[in-house]
Amino acid sequence: MQNVMQATNILEKSAMSATAAEIPVSINDLTVAYREKPVLRDIDLTIPPGRLAVIMGPNGAGKSTLIKAVLDLVPAAAGQSLIFGRPYREQRKLVGYVPQRGSVDWDFPTTALDVVMMGTYGKLGWLKRPGKTERDWSMHCLEQIGMADYANRQISQLSGGQQQRVFLARALAQDAKLYLMDEPFVGVDATTERAIVTLLQQLREQGKTVVCVHHDLESAADYFDWLVLLNVRLIATGPLATTFTEENLVKTYGGRMHALRVQTAAQQAQQVAG
Amino acid sequence: MLDLLRDLIFDYTLRNVALGSALLGIVSGVLGTFAVLRRQGLLGDALAHAALPGICVAFMLTGSKAPLVLLLGAAVAGWLGTLLLLYVVRETRISEDAALGVVLSVFFGVGIMLLTLISRSNNANQAGLDKFLFGQAATLVWDNVLTMLVLGTVALVVVGLLFKEFKLLTFDTDFAASLGFPTNRLSLLLTSLIVIAVVIGLQTVGVVLMAAMLIGPAVAARQWTNRLGVMIGVSALIGALSGVIGALISVSDVGLPTGPMIILSLTAIVALSLLFAPERGIVWDRLRQIRNRRLLREDVV
Repeated sequence: MQNVMQATNILEKSAMSATAAEIPVSINDLTVAYREKPVLRDIDLTIPPGRLAVIMGPNGAGKSTLIKAVLDLVPAAAGQSLIFGRPYREQRKLVGYVPQRGSVDWDFPTTALDVVMMGTYGKLGWLKRPGKTERDWSMHCLEQIGMADYANRQISQLSGGQQQRVFLARALAQDAKLYLMDEPFVGVDATTERAIVTLLQQLREQGKTVVCVHHDLESAADYFDWLVLLNVRLIATGPLATTFTEENLVKTYGGRMHALRVQTAAQQAQQVAG
Repeated sequence: MLDLLRDLIFDYTLRNVALGSALLGIVSGVLGTFAVLRRQGLLGDALAHAALPGICVAFMLTGSKAPLVLLLGAAVAGWLGTLLLLYVVRETRISEDAALGVVLSVFFGVGIMLLTLISRSNNANQAGLDKFLFGQAATLVWDNVLTMLVLGTVALVVVGLLFKEFKLLTFDTDFAASLGFPTNRLSLLLTSLIVIAVVIGLQTVGVVLMAAMLIGPAVAARQWTNRLGVMIGVSALIGALSGVIGALISVSDVGLPTGPMIILSLTAIVALSLLFAPERGIVWDRLRQIRNRRLLREDVV
């Protein structure tokens, strides 16, 4: 009897660890603080595989910090996050990262292709220089996002949207299973927006998982299928279709939500009139 | 002109001066590129000023003016100054420029005080330490050049080996960290290499103007190219050129300190680059503006 129970226990455990290894992101009790002030508090969160997840919340909600905490770029005051069941430092090669476009100096003396090749540096490791393999692969990544013609452009000569696509191509060059993107849609032109949306669909078809910080409530429902509502604490998370409710949004954005809705309603009215 | 060329090859003093200044220009040109792109140009300034008390303490402890002893003292003090600066920026709410000003002036003040103390002492060997203020290339001997050559080669080899890592660190530190590169340690290594560049320049340019030797060549080089590798090469070339020109002027005319002469030669090259470099130069920019305005006017007509 005891043996049977033990056996089931072991079975359950192995079943659990098998699923843990399949979960792209699982966060337990995560708290992050800057100078004692918590920016994220007690976050418990799982992102299931193959989803296009969107993190939304007001300014200062800790959306970027959440991504950075998962990537070990900011230290956790408490709690932990696991990537496919293991700490990030053991799983780096499974993760691609798109930082905010404004986080770097675009006057840096380099070309679009060279920036994309930086995505291969992690797998190259120390001292080794990128060669023809990395160059061809990076070109392929630029092509995927419609930027092949700009490969040899100095990066300051690219438009904001094109710079954003260079960053996305760099993440593609990482050849990951999970992509973390910090506001890829901010300040981009219509062509870039379409290119990013197409890319997200392709990534989903390939079974990759994407976690994306995004601001625009209107487009979120069209682009993504999993929702994380954040305001220092986790407000709600789940399939977008069932989680994207007025109640949850009001809980996340508070009073400001009302103003936002009035604004959107006004915009829609204008469009109809136009 | 031919005489000068012959002297450069056969005259012992001139050869040492030219070699030393060229070396200094190359090393500070290469490392200055990273300092400028990382927006840490003034770090070199703090570092150079912080080196002065190190030179004095090294002399007071050993009584020796051997280049290796003094430069070691300079390196240790410069490095301590940098660590202190980085510590203040990280642990307090003082902004980087303010912290830089504080560290720079405190270390430099202590250095001047020690220099005065030494010059008042009855040590017969003390003369000439003050040349580290504004540099005196004429006093370079083969020993100095050899020390510079060894230090400079070490710095350049490290940059060559870690070019990819330093480029990534400079362009996008967070991304480098996400790939697993130890960005804090790489940063510290890069800063330590800048310490080497400063130490190499102390005897020739002096602590006061050393920062210009890091910033100038890189700023001028950026005007001429859009590739990091080329920028490093051009920067090294400009550094070497202004180093040699300035040192030769200072040696040929009695009493002119080398540091200011080198910096003035460098400034001329920087000014030319800022004005006339294609694409980024001010003159071409203006011409483009005028042409665009004319095209626009014709369009309207």
